[in-house]
Amino acid sequence: MRNADIVVVGGGPAGLAAAAAACMEGIEAEKILIVERSGELGGILNQCIHNGFGLHTFKEELTGPEYAARYIAQVEEMGIPCMPDTIVVNIQAGEDGKKRITAMNRREGVFEIEARAVILAMGCRERPRGALNIPGYRPAGIYSAGTAQHYVNIEGRMPGKEVVILGSGDIGLIMARRMTLEGAKVKLVAELMPYSGGLKRNIVQCLDDYEIPLKLSHTVIDIDGRERVKGVTVAKVDGNRRPVPGTEEYISCDTLLLSCGLIPENELSSDMGVALNPATSGPVVNESMETTVSGVFACGNVLHVHDLVDYVSEESANAGRYAAFYIQHALAEEKEGKAGGQRNKEGGMEAKESFSKKKDCRDIAVKCKGGVRYTVPSSIRLAYMQEEQVIRFRVGDVFRDARLVVRLNDTIVMQVNKRIMTPGEMEQVRLKKSKLEELEKLEGLREITLSVEKKE
Amino acid sequence: MEEQSGKKTELTCIRCPIGCALTVTEYADGVLHVAGNTCGRGEEYGKKELKNPTRILTTTVRVKNGSHPIVPVKTRTDIPKGKIGDCMKAVKRVEVEAPVYIGDVVLTDAAGTGVDIVATKNVEGRG
Amino acid sequence: MKRYDIIVIGAGVSGSAVARELSAYDWKVAVLEKASDICEGTSKANSGIVHAGYDAKPGTKKAALNLRGNALMENLAGQLDFPFRRNGSLVLCFDIKDREKLQKLLERGQENGVEGLRILEREELLEMEPNLSDKAVAALYAPTGGIVCPFGLTAALAENASVNGVDFYLNTKVEVIEKQKEGYRLEAGAETFFSRVVINAAGVYADSIHNMVSERKFHILPRKGEYCLFDKTVGDYVSHTVFQLPTEYGKGVLVTPTVHGNLLAGPTAVDIEEKEGVNTTGIGLEEVLKKGALSVPFLPMGKVITSFAGLRAHEDGGDFIIEEAEDAKGFIDVAGIESPGLTCAPAIGEYVAEIVKEIIPAVRKQDFIAKRQGIPSMAAADKEERKKLVKENPAYANVVCRCELVTEGEILNAIHRPLGATTLDGVKRRTRAGMGRCQAGFCSAKTVEILARELGKDIGEITKAGGESVFLVD
Repeated sequence: MRNADIVVVGGGPAGLAAAAAACMEGIEAEKILIVERSGELGGILNQCIHNGFGLHTFKEELTGPEYAARYIAQVEEMGIPCMPDTIVVNIQAGEDGKKRITAMNRREGVFEIEARAVILAMGCRERPRGALNIPGYRPAGIYSAGTAQHYVNIEGRMPGKEVVILGSGDIGLIMARRMTLEGAKVKLVAELMPYSGGLKRNIVQCLDDYEIPLKLSHTVIDIDGRERVKGVTVAKVDGNRRPVPGTEEYISCDTLLLSCGLIPENELSSDMGVALNPATSGPVVNESMETTVSGVFACGNVLHVHDLVDYVSEESANAGRYAAFYIQHALAEEKEGKAGGQRNKEGGMEAKESFSKKKDCRDIAVKCKGGVRYTVPSSIRLAYMQEEQVIRFRVGDVFRDARLVVRLNDTIVMQVNKRIMTPGEMEQVRLKKSKLEELEKLEGLREITLSVEKKE
Repeated sequence: MEEQSGKKTELTCIRCPIGCALTVTEYADGVLHVAGNTCGRGEEYGKKELKNPTRILTTTVRVKNGSHPIVPVKTRTDIPKGKIGDCMKAVKRVEVEAPVYIGDVVLTDAAGTGVDIVATKNVEGRG
Repeated sequence: MKRYDIIVIGAGVSGSAVARELSAYDWKVAVLEKASDICEGTSKANSGIVHAGYDAKPGTKKAALNLRGNALMENLAGQLDFPFRRNGSLVLCFDIKDREKLQKLLERGQENGVEGLRILEREELLEMEPNLSDKAVAALYAPTGGIVCPFGLTAALAENASVNGVDFYLNTKVEVIEKQKEGYRLEAGAETFFSRVVINAAGVYADSIHNMVSERKFHILPRKGEYCLFDKTVGDYVSHTVFQLPTEYGKGVLVTPTVHGNLLAGPTAVDIEEKEGVNTTGIGLEEVLKKGALSVPFLPMGKVITSFAGLRAHEDGGDFIIEEAEDAKGFIDVAGIESPGLTCAPAIGEYVAEIVKEIIPAVRKQDFIAKRQGIPSMAAADKEERKKLVKENPAYANVVCRCELVTEGEILNAIHRPLGATTLDGVKRRTRAGMGRCQAGFCSAKTVEILARELGKDIGEITKAGGESVFLVD
């Protein structure tokens, strides 16, 4: 059986950043292994050939493949091994804390890897037509936006000439422009919700620039065409997202692209017993990006769907660092165990190696209220917290001129006035450890609450 | 009076997530006035979009004998928005030989913009 | 002109079952199919139920063939290696006033010869199926009910027929049938055929085929049924096939696990005239979910991964028409095969062979191959089986469809076996690639690439299901 300190499942932006960070934190490169299901590293960024990546990380505007290339180069320079064309079939967390990963590839067949820690970075998938329950025929010519993106940007082939797009997610918007540039006529983008799920920048530069109409509160209610799509019927929807009779409009087209949301791919995670958050469909994690299974970390779109890859990199680097701490801690404990002595209650080890013995290692819940749909992380252990902790979240509706309030127990410690918050754009707040510790001393910290409230 | 009232253009500012609805008025003397913005960046954006809107163009180019049939490319810097169509036409005619590396120029001075088109991904030779 | 002893029109489950049965005898047999693949009509889109046999009116063909088909299924599944499970079925009664109907159903079943039928009271019922509505007051339990993969069954029958010498002509639509002295002349596709016996198993088109040769016209009414299929994560919501007792409000829908571990709800029943009308409708899907929730109140709507519609070939008379046409000697109808047609298929095969024997003397083949091996499944295989498969062909370690864990090896097998797949849907039905929760978002491009490579075509020529169903337009 192969052995590794850390197995990173997925070689996209999340997996790459996590692996690199773990290595920088002191884990030997050759003890890290990136397992990637496709033939090359970089994940979905390879087909995201548009620009707009890396403004936060590199202070320049890169395309997807360029952004990926920087991380790939870093991982290669460090000498972190990678196994392409390899699928992880199963992960089991043993009683002994070891994780057993079953994987397959053409070269080695079915094999097992034993690891101390696992970083889940499998990314997400697109919501398919079936999940949307769109009535009609089932002809060729219905693609998820990402599948169309693969055909155009990887294969160099055109999946359609006359296109209607359902859903205004970012990939759909990007594909509206891309297919227009390649000579297709994009007739309409229909969005079920009264607001777009995509970034404003993409609406302007991908739709407005090319005079592609966006109809909010509209959906596709019928698909016509037995062999290839011939047209779709679009209708307005009411406040309950039900089609309004009399508003139907038939639009002839040969292609329907779906850009209706992304779903984290957590089958591996739930099979191994990782608890998932129904709001994100991603694992429940603490400040260390550690899931409910000890030594299993998660980051990137498998954790929650991001809008900017820069934040994926930042979050994943954290997961990598914490995975490294975890291993160093485990190694130190093993060493002690082997020495046969009883473990010292306080001190003796470096601070980061003795966290679990501190009493403030309990989980403090991060709760959502009034419009905040979820937070990542959903709990914080003070002992493990860094000087500053980023809490990422999304809201469930469009809020204008509202106030984001952070409470520790019942005390307001932060309030930010927001001109606008939308479900399409991820938000974040930074919590200072000193504040938390202050309150902990004062009255004992029970919970942290984020809420959207009215401006006073 | 018509001239004095100026020509109005509606825009959405994309400098930040607020997305202010801008109204840019262009007067006969060429003076631009931006309304609806919240901050200075909005005014700047509105004026630039009217006077000299520019974009980075990203697309793909055919590759001969490569591990992939195409390679993604971009204009090295932004180009006038009005030139996007011409650049697409010019780049469609290009075919490069593998290997191609990030930053390799695949087309110089695309459609007279003075801007080169460069590869944004490494594509190795076949085999 | 191509000459045969027997030509079967239609490669659905009935046509394939007949062809397989005929292939055991020393006859020259062909199957003509208008679609690009076998099992493209009614047989591919139905409930996948092996009925116990309490529904049909005693004395009808439906009743007799149902019992026989149900009895044959288990052995056949072993012989031909297709997924079948005897999970038992329940008919729920929601109103104390309807108890009598439940009792009648039980008696009818007993008259038909169904074994093991009994009525369960609420307590026992809920113990058996804890996710059922507590509004159910009682249920008829039929332990012999089962579930089968409709495509798996049809493919198994057709492949085995093919291996035993039956010629299959796909993309071959019958346009003309002419009665001649010693048989029939058929124009189909680009070919002309002559056959002594013609068997009409044309599904919803069986009326137009029949009416080409017979003056005693009949009419097949397509009866549309819509379904919702749920993710495997909720596949164990019920373990039995759960029907509803028909009431004054209608026939009800069933909720059942599938042999592949999904949960299925449906069908609706709407008579239409359009014989290709397999489109789903907003109203229909809503009805499925609403009625399904009567049986299983917490039917997880958010876990629907796809929906589809199928057409039952309902004949106005209500029973199967399986007989030689009175005014057309040697022309045998297998028509009006609506529910429980899937269950009956193996029995229909036997029944038709008996009719044919009356027309052409039969000699049983010495070299008949009764067994068939299906496509191995990496998802279902244990560790050792997986290792063995990969050792045979490393392509079994190259995963194409990650949701269902389908590998390149399985797809290659599906393409290169008898009556192999030539389309994306063909691969999907044979291997389940693209049947999972992402519904082929990731794997369709890869599958298309493999199909193109193996069939020596450009990816632009590969179709979803034949005809104009291309993926690329350049």
